[in-house]
Amino acid sequence: MSIYRDAKYADVAPAEKLRLFNEVKADFRWHHVLYGCYECGICTASCPSARFYDFSPRVFAQIMAREDIDSFYELLNDVMWSCSQCFSCTRCPRHNSPGGIITIMREVAVNNGLDSAKEALKAYSRIIYKVMSTGTQVAPDMLQPDFFPDWGPDVKRVSENLDVWRRAIPPDTLHTTELAWDVSDKTRLQLYMIFKLTGNLEMIENIDEGIYMILEEVMESLMDEKDLDIDDFENILEGEEEAEH
Amino acid sequence: MSHASNGAPTVITPPKVAERIFKRQGNPEKEDYREQLFELEAKGELEVIRVPEPYVEVETKFGRKKKIPLEHTWHHKSCGQCGHIPGYPTSIFWLHRQFGFDYFDPKDQTSCTAWNYYASSTSNPPAQASIAVRNFSQAHVDGYFPFIHCGTSYGHYKETRDQIIHFPKLREQVRRIMDRLNMPFAFPEEIVHYSEWLHVMRDRIAERKVLDLSNVTVSVHPACHYHKLIPEDAIYNDDIYNGQRTSVVTGIAQALGAKVADYSNWHDCCGFGFSHILVNRDFSRSFAAIRKIERMKEEANPDLVLAHDTGCLTTLDKSQFATRAHNRKVGIPVMSDVQFAALAMGAHPYKVCQLHWHGVDNKPLLEKMGIDHEKAWAEFEEQAEKIKSGETQFMTWEEADA
Repeated sequence: MSIYRDAKYADVAPAEKLRLFNEVKADFRWHHVLYGCYECGICTASCPSARFYDFSPRVFAQIMAREDIDSFYELLNDVMWSCSQCFSCTRCPRHNSPGGIITIMREVAVNNGLDSAKEALKAYSRIIYKVMSTGTQVAPDMLQPDFFPDWGPDVKRVSENLDVWRRAIPPDTLHTTELAWDVSDKTRLQLYMIFKLTGNLEMIENIDEGIYMILEEVMESLMDEKDLDIDDFENILEGEEEAEH
Repeated sequence: MSHASNGAPTVITPPKVAERIFKRQGNPEKEDYREQLFELEAKGELEVIRVPEPYVEVETKFGRKKKIPLEHTWHHKSCGQCGHIPGYPTSIFWLHRQFGFDYFDPKDQTSCTAWNYYASSTSNPPAQASIAVRNFSQAHVDGYFPFIHCGTSYGHYKETRDQIIHFPKLREQVRRIMDRLNMPFAFPEEIVHYSEWLHVMRDRIAERKVLDLSNVTVSVHPACHYHKLIPEDAIYNDDIYNGQRTSVVTGIAQALGAKVADYSNWHDCCGFGFSHILVNRDFSRSFAAIRKIERMKEEANPDLVLAHDTGCLTTLDKSQFATRAHNRKVGIPVMSDVQFAALAMGAHPYKVCQLHWHGVDNKPLLEKMGIDHEKAWAEFEEQAEKIKSGETQFMTWEEADA
């Protein structure tokens, strides 16, 4: 039973809420992010998101410590993506990390393909594609005036001069426009193998099937070019948890 | 309220903040990560990449001595810095070149991918740890020591170190993945951020400064992931803020002779928020402008904000343009401590420090620093024109120094 009279998601089965809650609690980091809560509020006082959203890291610590699965489900779906992951909340005198609780909750939301996670990450997919296919997350060619109108006319100036200005940077590795720096094919492929071997590709599939399919196609053709067999790099961690129980 | 011996109430007035004297009384018990890594190495679980000589020892938050290498460094670049604030890594390299220090700028390096992880969680600890270890191991194979440019990489890699030390199963997973990649499992003795290197080099840099910065007032914005995320091995000095705040960034500004102006919400985040800066920019903009820049303007009125992480620099700089429309008190140039240090030592503002990628108008600041920005821009444009016309393909270090 929620501590909040107006708690949402009354139509979702308690068993489903409990399953997700237990998935969060089963994470190996769980006992390093929550030790209890004095309810002092220092985490919320230093939280940037608390100033502009209906968001409180203290509520996360309290709800999770009380094992209030109804309110947990609401935080999981409606609130947690507001967290800035700055970890200002680690000022906690109890040594809690509300930001760390949220990191785990977000992973559970992605692994379960929750609609709320898909919605929260909809506008973010291009970054996921970029990092997974290139190994760098912020490319110079992302600086387009139509995407950053609020950053002023300089974005247009940078965009118009991008190729020349990038070549007018002294270090050799920075003469790039699609990558932050020149990443070797060998290293890009090793990164992709890590994502494959650890099941990260399945996580992307849960959230955005379109991005997943493009990513697979692009990276598998690069592997083909290098005479690497994709079948040699299937998720080696898959089934590990089930096997243990 | 207490009472004196005659029974009269005694009013106790706490000392003013400026009059308080803080003195460390011993060190709190904290884990020594170095010892734990060496124990794992002795058991054959991983290789520890030693801090190469020459190094400087500095004091951390709780008094441990941390080794900061001066050279033989493998530059773990930052996706944000290299992506859209290129004067940042260029200034780091330029300073190394000025001191004749051996360094390596690898292509066999990925991002730490922590930006994506904090923004989207479309990853997991085994992947994040393997990415860290792959980068570190590549540095080891190349014969250099990892040197971290990004504040978030620095914090995230320390989280990873914590997990690798404490969770044998995670170590085993990483081991299997590294075996699959035919890479060793190497981890550095210390995780070192570039601003720590700048801090220990501050007096040597100050000896070679060519600008008088005594009329320049700076306010410092520290990166959350530098001093809040696994805070134990961030650098603190008793002579900077009485050891109550991390001393990087502030230390180099002071050494260069600039005035450091304090402000009340120094500890607050910039509002970057990982996904927020891209998809909830109204939040990032509001927090950066209203909570940070306006407070600095009101309380310190600085000529410049110095930061040491891409996310902070981006958020504080880019958030000021649209905010001007609402007549907010904004308009302070933002740059990194290393760009400021390079300028002080005579680096070219556009060929080296690449200040044309920044949003807020920094020309009045450059004039105050005694830099002829019009001449410098003409020199940059001359080089850019050579590239545009096909006369040269790239700008070289020699041309940047000319």
